[in-house]
Amino acid sequence: MKTQLVKYGVIATLFSMLLAGCSSTDTSDTSSSGGVKTMPSSSVATGKVDSSSVSGSSLDSDSGVARVFYFEFDKAILNSEARAALSLHAQSLKANPVNIRLEGHADERGTREYNMALGERRANSARDFLIQEGVNSSLIEVISYGEESPASMGSNEESWALNRRVELK
Amino acid sequence: MRKSGITGICLLMLLCSVAVFPLTASAELTIEITQGVDNPTRIGIAPITRDGKSLPEDVSKIVSADLQRSGLFRPIPRRDMLSFPATTKEVYYRDWRILGAEYLVVGKTTHRGGIYEITFSLLEVHSAKVVFTKVVKGSNTQLRDLAHYISDEVYLAVTGIPGAFSTRVAYVTAAPFNGKMRFRLMVSDVDGARERLMLESKEPIMSPAWSPDAKQLAYVSFETGRPAIFRQDLATAKREQLTNFRGLNGAPSWSPDGRQLALVLSKDGNPEIYTFDLQSRRFTRRTKHFAIDTEPNWTPDGKSLIFTSDRGGSPQIYKLGIASGSVERLTFRGSYNARPRLAKDGRTLVMVHRDQGRFHIASQDLVTGDVRVLTQTYLDESPTVAPNGAMLLYATKKGSKGVLAAVSLDAGVKFFLPARFGDVREPAWSPK
Repeated sequence: MKTQLVKYGVIATLFSMLLAGCSSTDTSDTSSSGGVKTMPSSSVATGKVDSSSVSGSSLDSDSGVARVFYFEFDKAILNSEARAALSLHAQSLKANPVNIRLEGHADERGTREYNMALGERRANSARDFLIQEGVNSSLIEVISYGEESPASMGSNEESWALNRRVELK
Repeated sequence: MRKSGITGICLLMLLCSVAVFPLTASAELTIEITQGVDNPTRIGIAPITRDGKSLPEDVSKIVSADLQRSGLFRPIPRRDMLSFPATTKEVYYRDWRILGAEYLVVGKTTHRGGIYEITFSLLEVHSAKVVFTKVVKGSNTQLRDLAHYISDEVYLAVTGIPGAFSTRVAYVTAAPFNGKMRFRLMVSDVDGARERLMLESKEPIMSPAWSPDAKQLAYVSFETGRPAIFRQDLATAKREQLTNFRGLNGAPSWSPDGRQLALVLSKDGNPEIYTFDLQSRRFTRRTKHFAIDTEPNWTPDGKSLIFTSDRGGSPQIYKLGIASGSVERLTFRGSYNARPRLAKDGRTLVMVHRDQGRFHIASQDLVTGDVRVLTQTYLDESPTVAPNGAMLLYATKKGSKGVLAAVSLDAGVKFFLPARFGDVREPAWSPK
């Protein structure tokens, strides 16, 4: 898993660098697909370090321990349920070190870039707790989606409460 | 071989996760005016034709819609007009006095070698005087531009303020497609016409920001699996990834001289404001605080940045002198003030302001300190001021749908720009 992740990371970085140098972006170019076959398509699908390529295999998903942790408005403090669940994850990660990803989210209220910062602050709270519990920090990647990837689409207290979260993947 | 490999990856990237587009035409937004001023100026805009033949675009109808949307004018419906003069000599002022018109616009077109030339005049009806006669030219594809030019000239002559009808707006849309969200970066004329697709992605797109020459956009895209800042040329769709740091890469804002971007990176542990020199490629850290510092925006003189910070315990707006490094708090009313933008006068601050639990757009006069809540809609965000300072656009909710709305800086004029499909968000009004 680790080497795979490293590989994905390298590919993602490579893509970013190439994209920066990829000047001809007109979609009409897609017809000249001679070079496309040189890249195996599977590496492109997995090259994006998105949630789907990591979840499921990163931790024992059968353990029944919560993997989503909820927060108050404009706050990044872990509640007691979150701390209890993260403690169990920490024990499992120490016994069986695998790479994990902490995705921070915010509800739709307030501004988008501030919510990006807030989502990161929430994910950092979970990361700091895991490190405090003895998890190796190099296993943890933190990413914020702000309010851009809500779990629930409604504009009400119930949806907002579900959207102020950190997901462990 | 290596070269073709690179091309292959670039093409695959585009096919798999994002598609980039140059400026070309597609669908339109429609506009709903909800509030205008109490006594809008009555104005007649006589049909502008080519020797009585209609033009491919109804220029006078576009002018009429522009002026009406400003909220300051009430154009006379064409069906009520008693005559259709095309030149000042053909005008019977009595025909327009009867209709209560204070002003009248007439114009005629010639078309030679693919070039339209419109000679147009503004007349004052009561005094029977010609205010001005002007000529504007453009190609077959520029009739809408010619119409907006006429609107700008009329608006300036009557109100004393330059018009902003020839400007554009960038925005982001999000709509489900095959069970997954699809994000689009769009640019349209400010009247919603000539909507064009700039970028399409399965991952979020955020924070579009115009270059001062209105030829490029900077924005945040998650297409690499993480947020990264890109810039894209509008005419060619050529683009470049500018940042790829661990953590936040967000909130780009172009300096007034176009040479730098202010942006937010959290690579050193928490969100800090940096400037990025587009020529030397050097990043300079501008804030040093353990709190959230984000949403930078330049003052018009390029000497300071205004930004959001929760260093005082709640999000508030601060001003940072770039040379001195000194930081001053600007907002004190309410417990949530964020995402500041300044009008071109450098004096009118607009922001997202929480008032009794609701998020509205507010303005603050930086000289007098007066704060005014401008909107009564719901979950308002992303205010962006017109280059003439008369109006701002913002994002809000209508039902469960994200829509764009406009309000004049004096709160007298309000209208919606509803999207036909999906959520519309994060408008950015072009600087010219």
